[in-house]
Amino acid sequence: MTDTAAFPVEAAEPPKAMTEKNLTEALLYLDGVTVTFDGFRALNALSFTVDAGEMRAIIGPNGAGKTTMMDVITGKTRPDKGDVFFNGGTTDLTKLDETEIATLGIGRKFQKPTVFESHTVIDNLRLALKGQRGALANIFKRETAQERVKIDEIFETIRLGEHAHRLAGALSHGQKQWLEIGMLLAQDPKLLLVDEPVAGMTDAETAQTAELLREINANGHSVVVVEHDMTFVRDLGVRVLCLHEGSVLAEGTLDQVSANERVIEVYLGR
Amino acid sequence: MSQTDTRKPALLGTGGLVFLAIVIGLAVLVPALNLLLPAGSALHVPTYLVSLLGKYLCYALLALSVDLIWGYVGILSLGQGAFFALGGYAMGMYLMRQIGTRGVYGDPVLPDFMVFLNWKELPWFWYGFDWFPFAAAMVLLAPGLLALVFGWFAFRSRVTGVYLSIITQAMTFALLLAFFRNDMGFGGNNGLTDFKDILGFNIQADGTRAALFALTALALAGGYVLCRYLVRSHFGKVLIAIRDAETRVRFTGYRVENYKLAAFVVSACLAGIAGALYVPQVGIINPSEFSPANSIEIIVWVAVGGRGTLAGAALGAVLVNYAKTYFTSGMLAPYWLFMLGGLFVAVTLFLPKGILGTFLEWRARRSAGSPEPDAPPAPGITAKPAE
Ligand SMILES: Nc1ncnc2c1ncn2[C@@H]1O[C@H](COP(=O)(O)OP(=O)(O)O)[C@@H](O)[C@H]1O
Ligand SMILES: [Mg+2]
Repeated sequence: MTDTAAFPVEAAEPPKAMTEKNLTEALLYLDGVTVTFDGFRALNALSFTVDAGEMRAIIGPNGAGKTTMMDVITGKTRPDKGDVFFNGGTTDLTKLDETEIATLGIGRKFQKPTVFESHTVIDNLRLALKGQRGALANIFKRETAQERVKIDEIFETIRLGEHAHRLAGALSHGQKQWLEIGMLLAQDPKLLLVDEPVAGMTDAETAQTAELLREINANGHSVVVVEHDMTFVRDLGVRVLCLHEGSVLAEGTLDQVSANERVIEVYLGR
Repeated sequence: MSQTDTRKPALLGTGGLVFLAIVIGLAVLVPALNLLLPAGSALHVPTYLVSLLGKYLCYALLALSVDLIWGYVGILSLGQGAFFALGGYAMGMYLMRQIGTRGVYGDPVLPDFMVFLNWKELPWFWYGFDWFPFAAAMVLLAPGLLALVFGWFAFRSRVTGVYLSIITQAMTFALLLAFFRNDMGFGGNNGLTDFKDILGFNIQADGTRAALFALTALALAGGYVLCRYLVRSHFGKVLIAIRDAETRVRFTGYRVENYKLAAFVVSACLAGIAGALYVPQVGIINPSEFSPANSIEIIVWVAVGGRGTLAGAALGAVLVNYAKTYFTSGMLAPYWLFMLGGLFVAVTLFLPKGILGTFLEWRARRSAGSPEPDAPPAPGITAKPAE
């Protein structure tokens, strides 16, 4: 180490890509992200970007690292190596915890639907609704008229109005998936990460979900959707990224990606 | 049609009103039957019974404090007895200072045990305890601060589940050992006792006993309303969400550790109040109140009454302690701990939602179709978080 050692290494040496144009424009930027579990590389130098307002589909075989990628973005898992930036390179997500990242405007829908089962459907939305998060202030919180309007809007979008006062635990699997998407809408994040939203849904529900996500995207939210269901991905009609063994195998339109030799070999099958 | 403009559910609900009516009824009735009826009357409540019932109600408040964190946040604290004992010691120190020259050694300042240890002056941490408002503040501050510091470290480090239970148990055990030591200055093994009066009233007098009972009942009622308000507020909904899916709550942008900490501190303060009311009614506080087994017993009360129902926790405390009084005064005394253990196993296996939880579930099923449940379902003893 030379005399520059007096400065923090990060400050002396900005991430090499920091100066590149794509970083400053990208809403989400991953570069060289590696995550190992007991020596097993779940993510292997994964790099990609998502632009503001973009919707992106991510496909790939089981174990490709799709859920782990979401864990890294949302602060649940710290990468061993690599950069994860949000908001045009202004925010280093690897330095923040789950709560801070959620507050920045990244919302997440889990692979296994996770709603608050012993709360009513409407209370699930109230809890997710963007706004006051402080513990002491929430002791005295009253629902405002705006919040009521917002919740009614969400009910219109997710079509669960008639179930508003049922316990979320009593909903069907597909309804829980929708409720969770509704909770994401209530959070009003800049970026939605949606992990296998149509698993366990009927064909009709799947088509409705694709429409719902397109609508959410059209309203200005960026969306990253992980999904296996090719009909659904086609319905979304967006750029596709295929992950395999923790890194990007192919990227492009669905037609381009599904024509890729390697993708056919490891994922789609012949 | 809007989904949101439904009637506001009442703060208390029918069940809550019944509970409050019973507790406030007791606050009036028991002292009245003790003070107003002649000793020969069939309805006369003897003073020893007033104090015994007062003790049960202190335990009920203690159980309520555990239910707030176990039933609604999923924090299984096996150290709640420590907060109860600290509140009790704060009150005990006040009562010791009131003895004045009436102690065996007649020292106007030093309690007997300090004279016995040949101490020449009052240790600094006993200053102020002769003044009731200071002691009353300490009843809240001592347990509250311990909970704040302990909880801050534990929740920030995300210690949960069994590990959290174990360290709370270690906390009360450490305090047990500390308070046993004579040189700690809290009366060692014997603790604090031989109290004479409280706020100028003779602590043995019927009127004082009756007043203490009434105060305890009111504290229980107040604690119940507070907990009930908290768990039904937006804050409380977050607590329940943490209990059921902690990770999800983090990803929703809530700072989980702050919510847990707030609930933990409130719970510790309630336990401290219960301890402070307990000491003048039983006449003694000693280190055995810190014993780990005591804290485990509280969990059994809550489990029996119904975790996550508040009123059920209070009911469980009274029922189990009534059984304890009954059995430990007869031939069966040596077997009480086995019975308690057996009771816990039986409740876990056959009545996992406890008495009140089972009743509420039965009532909800009977009136199925009512759109807004009066309260979220009780979680039961064995309920595990989703993740
Ligand atoms: N916490 C963990 N500990 C150990 N291995 C893990 C952990 N999380 C994920 N993995 C492994 O990492 C790989 C990628 O998993 P995941 O991201 O869930 O894949 P996908 O969502 O694409 O199906 C899998 O082989 C999985 O077993
Ligand atoms: Mg996955």
